[in-house]
Amino acid sequence: MDINDLRSIITVVSFLTFIGIVCWAWSGRRKTDFDAAALLPLEDDTPLPLHDHTSAGRHSKA
Amino acid sequence: MQEQAAYNYQVVRQFAVMTVVWGVVGMLVGVFVAAQLVWPELNFAEWFSYGRLRPLHTNAVIFAFGGCSLFATSYYCVQRTCHVPLFAPKLAAFTFWGWQLVIVLAVITLPLGYTTAKEYAELEWPIDILIALVWVSYAVVFFGTIAKRKTPHIYVANWFFGGYILTIALLHIVNSAEIPVSLTKSYSAYAGVQDAMIQWWYGHNAVGFFLTAGFLGMMYYFVPKQAERPVYSYRLSVVHFWALIFTYMWAGPHHLHYTALPDWTQSVGMIFSLILLAPSWGGMINGIMTMSGAWHKLRDDPILKFMITSLSFYGMATFEGPMMSIKTVNALSHYTDWTIGHVHAGALGWVAFIAIGSTYYLLPRMFGKTEMYSKKAIELHFWIATLGIVLYIASMWIAGVMQGLMWGATNPDGTLTYSFVEGVKASYRFWGIRLLGGAMFLTGMLLMAWNTVMTMRGGRAVNDAPVLAPAAAH
Repeated sequence: MDINDLRSIITVVSFLTFIGIVCWAWSGRRKTDFDAAALLPLEDDTPLPLHDHTSAGRHSKA
Repeated sequence: MQEQAAYNYQVVRQFAVMTVVWGVVGMLVGVFVAAQLVWPELNFAEWFSYGRLRPLHTNAVIFAFGGCSLFATSYYCVQRTCHVPLFAPKLAAFTFWGWQLVIVLAVITLPLGYTTAKEYAELEWPIDILIALVWVSYAVVFFGTIAKRKTPHIYVANWFFGGYILTIALLHIVNSAEIPVSLTKSYSAYAGVQDAMIQWWYGHNAVGFFLTAGFLGMMYYFVPKQAERPVYSYRLSVVHFWALIFTYMWAGPHHLHYTALPDWTQSVGMIFSLILLAPSWGGMINGIMTMSGAWHKLRDDPILKFMITSLSFYGMATFEGPMMSIKTVNALSHYTDWTIGHVHAGALGWVAFIAIGSTYYLLPRMFGKTEMYSKKAIELHFWIATLGIVLYIASMWIAGVMQGLMWGATNPDGTLTYSFVEGVKASYRFWGIRLLGGAMFLTGMLLMAWNTVMTMRGGRAVNDAPVLAPAAAH
């Protein structure tokens, strides 16, 4: 096999992988996970950092 | 364990402040070299000649201003969306001091004339090694933080930041392969057209990953934060990410149209550049539509104005780029000021605006305030800078098309209609307008510096922002 065959195969495999990612991203099953992920930046809000360290500690342990 | 855990704000604060400092420095050098084109007398000493200061300008705005803003925002975003402090805080401190040292060395060596002559990779080999060390440390800190995250998901902004960090490591290490002949001089490990292709594989992906993927990471975190709404479509953001990753790598050859590069390689570069329009606009639409239902916030929030305008310029620049990569268009545009105009539509309009908006968001939080000292100054900054960009890119478009037409014009007997210097002469007035636009952009940056100092005054360095439990754990 010529190295160019390998190059063509990689191109086709990459393209199919991308199509696979598109189908995966648009499948209905992903919706709840994606909705949760989309909220990640909005759920990290702190009021202004507290000088009071005892109340700060309250939040920290999951 | 981490009863009193606090986010690592120190390194974020250092990088955020240096973003403003290097922004002023880098743009000041830019205004100076623009003035040298109008008044060549300003090339008064070899150290301050155009040829040596121009790479200092590009390095300072891309890697010092842009780089510091990327470090600050990625470190802030990854901690807060992963709900853990930064991994390896000492290594994070090393990335700050190491990166500042790289910048200082650039400021010293470039005016002295030490250069590899590779565009955007001019720094000589000892500095290249330092960059590689800092960058690998950056990757360890960033991915280490992701590895110890408390959330099940890795937020999409972190995917973009991660993609940018990995790719820049790869690009820098491959393109900087060189053979040292002395402490201050090296030769590229590649020769001829391969060297050119590797250089522009690097150069275009520095645009694609440093100036695009990294700043898109910023966009996906700070636009939702400032608009207080989740991103318009999360699934689009996932597809956007992978589409950029799969296509950007192949667009580099469009920098080498009509050169010794094989014709098929040029065509591949052109086609992938055209395909890039789709993911670029997908990202732009995703960012702008995040505002849907909250457009009224644009009216009185100058930070959002910066962010949404940056996305508009991103859309413009990523439409213009694929068009310019078409060979027949490139035959007119290449080597002219049109390219400079295109780059600055992206660099000032997109990169600087999203960085400035995000930095305005970060700075007060780093100093225990709710907002910047003066909101009016942000508003003024926005308008001066926007008008500056319009003057800059419009003058460069006109100058560029004019130069392309003049250089290509021939008489019936086949001789050139214009000598080169006639094109230079005709460009002067546009270079003057460009200088004015650049000076306006710099003025905005000086306003930001003043606003930053006033915000820092009387503020306190916040080092006790508590690490919050992720929402799912409530």
